Amino acid sequence: MADIGTLNTMKAAEDPVRGQLDGPRGARPKRNLSRRNIMLYGVLIVVAIYYLLPLYVMIVTSLKTMPEIRLGNVFSLPKDITFQPWVKAWAEACTGVNCDGLSRGFWNSVRILIPSVILSISIACVSGYALSKWKFKGSEVFFTLLLVGAFIPYQVMLYPVVIILRDVGTFLTDIWQGTCGFFTSAEGSCRGRVQLFGSLSGLVIVHSIFGMPILVLLFRNYFASIPEELFKAARVDGAGFWQILFRIMLPMSLPILVVAIILQVTGIWNDFLFGVVYTRAEQYPMTVQLNNIVNSVQGTKEYNVNMAATLLTGLVPLAIYFVSGKLFVRGIAAGAVKG
Amino acid sequence: MTDHSVQIKDLDLHFGAVKVLQNLNLDIHDGEFLVLLGSSGCGKSTLLNCIAGLLEPTDGQIFIKGQNVTWKEPSERGIGMVFQSYALYPQMTVEGNLSFGLKNARVPKDEIKRRVDRAAEILQIEPLLKRKPGALSGGQRQRVAIGRALVRDVDVFLFDEPLSNLDAKLRADLRVELKRLHHQLKNTMIYVTHDQVEAMTLANRIAIMKGGLIMQLDTPDVIYNRPVNKYVADFIGSPSMNFIEGTLERGTFRAGEFTMRMQGYDFAAGSAQDGPAIAGIRPEHIVTGELAANMPATMQVKAELVEPMGSDTLIWSRVNDEPFRIRMDGHLPVEEGEILNIGIDPARVSLFDTSTEERL
Repeated sequence: MADIGTLNTMKAAEDPVRGQLDGPRGARPKRNLSRRNIMLYGVLIVVAIYYLLPLYVMIVTSLKTMPEIRLGNVFSLPKDITFQPWVKAWAEACTGVNCDGLSRGFWNSVRILIPSVILSISIACVSGYALSKWKFKGSEVFFTLLLVGAFIPYQVMLYPVVIILRDVGTFLTDIWQGTCGFFTSAEGSCRGRVQLFGSLSGLVIVHSIFGMPILVLLFRNYFASIPEELFKAARVDGAGFWQILFRIMLPMSLPILVVAIILQVTGIWNDFLFGVVYTRAEQYPMTVQLNNIVNSVQGTKEYNVNMAATLLTGLVPLAIYFVSGKLFVRGIAAGAVKG
Repeated sequence: MTDHSVQIKDLDLHFGAVKVLQNLNLDIHDGEFLVLLGSSGCGKSTLLNCIAGLLEPTDGQIFIKGQNVTWKEPSERGIGMVFQSYALYPQMTVEGNLSFGLKNARVPKDEIKRRVDRAAEILQIEPLLKRKPGALSGGQRQRVAIGRALVRDVDVFLFDEPLSNLDAKLRADLRVELKRLHHQLKNTMIYVTHDQVEAMTLANRIAIMKGGLIMQLDTPDVIYNRPVNKYVADFIGSPSMNFIEGTLERGTFRAGEFTMRMQGYDFAAGSAQDGPAIAGIRPEHIVTGELAANMPATMQVKAELVEPMGSDTLIWSRVNDEPFRIRMDGHLPVEEGEILNIGIDPARVSLFDTSTEERL
């Protein structure tokens, strides 16, 4: 082994030819302004501007008053900043029948989002775990069928799902009213109806089902990458299906959980189609309300309110990305399609 | 019945059309250290997984301590298992890893603590109890993995190539420790490996497997000196055995110019004494130098290649155009190209039938 000591003695021995040691030595110096770097950063800056400019225009416009907007200087900074458009977008803007702004849509979205995310991720997590570690006869076929579901456009299923929700709701109502005498004898307790079509619960179910293919794929692949021996060791240690999931697998799954949460939160929050089809006007999610504000044809177009409303709607996914961006990348890499 | 710790009866395991284990029978004595040895894909790990209950056999029965455990869960079989990749739970501390199985079995807290402390003491991992597996070295991790089997207070330990992930020096150290552990605990241990040194040094008995069948089950000494067939003879020993094809005529083996009267050779009962045969000669059983002339069979070979290894020297030569290896004392000087006189003791040779490759 040539350690530093012997290297030094070698150098001393070569002293007479010192001149040869003056050449390049150590790490090669790197120029900061090389042609490659100019190209790289140039492209990055252009792309960044391309994406940030619309955002800038939106923010600036949302802080201007209408007379100032009418001057037409889209890129100029606001002369006197006003938050009135934000207040109006949140609390006063008219959407169809009611005039209480986006706040109603926001809370509707939250009410849709939280149960959908929890429900879909829990089901997908357990399914993915079962499909990767507790393979049963036909589990591969089952998984393939599930994946095929990911390739069918949602629009094809819109109307069938309407019928299913309506009929299942009626069916459940019948069961409820038929059996309710067994559980309670209180007066009038049997008058309730199970409504799936045109209600938030129906939309939650739809979101959970449509999120299944991609989420199960994600979880299955992640769990498949956890060594088989770990799973075997846990079985020898006497852990069962749920214990292995909760004590061994889930504590190792933070990255993939974050990915799933981000996918579902942004997907469900940004959803427009299901929201407009499966709910009624007073339950519209934020995106549908935003559309109603921005696309309303009566009166003047209040660009500043529209911009503020759009920004407000985009705030939740944006916050999610900012908070968990790093974990997201790590998780995507971990859950990459495999076996 | 109680003499047998683990019994395997007519075990079959098929993956679709692939027969991994075929009609396998194995009796393992109480307190025995049995090594399952074979090249990869011979079914040795599969067999171990069947004993552990991690794989369902297609047919056959498994008994542990006289109890039929064929349908039992792994945790109910009274086994502890150590894996090649350690398989420690990464998010738990060492203590958590050791106690996980006991908590699942609802063992009282003070009992858990007592057993964990005892295992930690035996394996000398007490200072590591509060650490996570990520902060341990390979050798420490494998100790914890052994500890996890130890705390379960089981009758049978199963090892699935536990030392394969360690570097050579650590492997040698842990090997000795495992042997010491076996002396101390006197449990039945079943150990899967493809490393013949581990097998020879650790085992009371070795089962050599090939293609889902046990070729030979015997003590290391018998396996080494009296291999039942050519496969076993070739598999055991490093450098591997030399094979010379020839014929056997009335107790004399002939191959080209080389003849060897098989006096002192212990022929297997009822085996043919005439016909084509293969003589297997271990490189370390070949005598060189002055003593060679005293041997019953002698020949001259040319040293084509010399590999000095310090303690001994390996010489590559050719006999009847087949490579021929000789292992000799490292002190004796040998030049490449030199003609060597070698002597062979027929009693230490193994003869195999050319067609069946069974021992004669």
